[in-house]
Amino acid sequence: MTEQTLEKLRILTESAKYDVSCSSSGTVRSNKQGGVGNTLGGIGICHSFSDDGRCISLLKIMLTNYCIYDCAYCINRRSNDIPRATLSVTELVELTMEFYRRNYIEGLFLSSGVVRNPDYTMERLVRIVKDLRTIHRFNGYIHLKSIPGASRELINEAGRYADRMSVNIEIPNEDSLKRLAPEKDFQSVFQPMKFIQQGVLESSEERKKFRYAPRFVPAGQSTQMIVGATADSDKDILHLSSTLYARPTMRRVYYSGYIAVNTYDKRLPVLKQPPLVRENRLYQADWLLRFYQFKVDEIVNDAHPDLDLEIDPKLSWALRHPECFPVDINKADYEMILRIPGVGVKSARLIVSSRRFGRLTSYHLKKMGVVMKKAKYFITCGELEARGVNELRPERVRELLLPAPKKKTDDRQLSFQFPDEP
Amino acid sequence: MIVYLYDRTFDGILTAVFDAYSRKTFPDVLLGEGEQLPLFCEETHTVITDEAKARRVWKALRKKLSAAALSCLTISYLSELPELDMPLFRYIRKTVDSPRSIETNFADEDVLMVTNTYRKVMHERHRMLQFVRFQKATDGTYFALHEPLYNVIALGISHFKDRFADQPFLIYDKRRDYGYYYDKETLTRVSFAEKLPHFLTGKLNEELMAKDEKLFQELWRTYFKAICIKERMNPRKQKKDMPTRYWKYLTEKQK
Repeated sequence: MTEQTLEKLRILTESAKYDVSCSSSGTVRSNKQGGVGNTLGGIGICHSFSDDGRCISLLKIMLTNYCIYDCAYCINRRSNDIPRATLSVTELVELTMEFYRRNYIEGLFLSSGVVRNPDYTMERLVRIVKDLRTIHRFNGYIHLKSIPGASRELINEAGRYADRMSVNIEIPNEDSLKRLAPEKDFQSVFQPMKFIQQGVLESSEERKKFRYAPRFVPAGQSTQMIVGATADSDKDILHLSSTLYARPTMRRVYYSGYIAVNTYDKRLPVLKQPPLVRENRLYQADWLLRFYQFKVDEIVNDAHPDLDLEIDPKLSWALRHPECFPVDINKADYEMILRIPGVGVKSARLIVSSRRFGRLTSYHLKKMGVVMKKAKYFITCGELEARGVNELRPERVRELLLPAPKKKTDDRQLSFQFPDEP
Repeated sequence: MIVYLYDRTFDGILTAVFDAYSRKTFPDVLLGEGEQLPLFCEETHTVITDEAKARRVWKALRKKLSAAALSCLTISYLSELPELDMPLFRYIRKTVDSPRSIETNFADEDVLMVTNTYRKVMHERHRMLQFVRFQKATDGTYFALHEPLYNVIALGISHFKDRFADQPFLIYDKRRDYGYYYDKETLTRVSFAEKLPHFLTGKLNEELMAKDEKLFQELWRTYFKAICIKERMNPRKQKKDMPTRYWKYLTEKQK
């Protein structure tokens, strides 16, 4: 551990930071005798938030940023002239353990550039997590990136030590992927995903028979797609996500607004700013899929291939389907209450459990945390009604709910034209 | 207006409930002893906390409320908010009077208030797990100063005990002036009369720091800077998720 490590840490962190996933959820595991660390499950713990507002839960780092591939969207592509570094196993292990002991992190997110070949790289990654788990008895969270094209044996070994594994799809369309990353194809991405899934299913089958059979990637797998680097519509992206979520082990799909890191590459669009609003809308749609019982066709379809950037996807669905409203708060099913704009999972649960005791009114809803500004057009609760979405027409409601345009200057302020001083 | 004075303990509130039922007068305001009485005060009653009475009320509550609702009552009390006293009192009273549990009736203001306070306290506990930062001292003890909004140190400490089972540590609440020391075997509640400088600033002096401590702090700050994507700067979100009141003791926010 020296000053050199400091520089290596900086280089390898800057190479790893474009990976979005940083969650430490999905596994509940208390500490073992003589070990260090536990995992909390639930929502995980974010230990810090960097200046870009993203959470820091894991030590997100690459083993090395040398890479034999030349993917157009990646900062670490081999034709880029950037400082390169490689951490030794002892350095990486010590960093993880010491950071963990100071409560800086929840665990390790380890990925790597591909050196020599996928198997060679994967083997080195597996060695580190194995060392952490067996020699240093590290019991915290480990998220391991699986290298595209790695062999089944290595993934099977890695899965015994990691909590979560991930393979990034990056580009939601195979033709675009081949154009931007000539060395990769969907096969190299989906094959390891399948290996992980099989491993998890086998292990859960075994654990039914033998109580202490080893767990395999207990927090499941995740993946990531870059948004805005290719011409794919939100429909393509969300349909792929929803097929992935249908698989038994896929827990999260992350969306990463494309940041123009390689501006010289003519295959990529020129963006002034990363598409942050679109990324946000995709996450909202993703939440609708996972927690609000929406089907993907209801959010995006051939008539509406892209999400509305001005309003959120749930409101957008409600405005397209005024016939479903108004919803009677005191009678409707939980599923329908979840679909009211302005009502979240938390308030929907409160509503359903409270209405057994008596009628709810808009006063109660407000107290429970329902956003009445939105919800009032879509509900009825046995009071003198305000005018709802059917009376006002959806277009008018949309206008009313759009955020007011920001005024740049105060137009009541007088302005004088002074002649320039000589 | 009927005022009950009590000693600001949870047992005190339970005793107040007992007294109210035996006196058949119910308070409009609960106040701590020695606090300013309201202007129009017809009757005051000083509650003398009695464990036996408190236990009887608790026993009655246990018959009607689920375990989750009971811990909701005790944990919400750790918020130490004076405005919680009356909702808590009325919650207990309504539970006693009602034939079935009212714990899921969130249309009731008192139930909602107690439940929301419980949520806030648990959130503060979660923030303790997030933002406590240890510094290693020469003797191998990991030291952390914390200043939580609510009295949550006792709630969060078991997490640290499980996680760092093989390292001695001290987590100290600066505002409430107590903390927990763990010596690899047992947790002890400690409180120091004499204030060493690091109990005020949260920073260990250099001669007290373990050999590599400074380097690891520097490494962590380097990491914190490097992980940020400049194109996505969003200080508003950072402050929302990590309020500035915690920055004082965060290693990554020190210079």
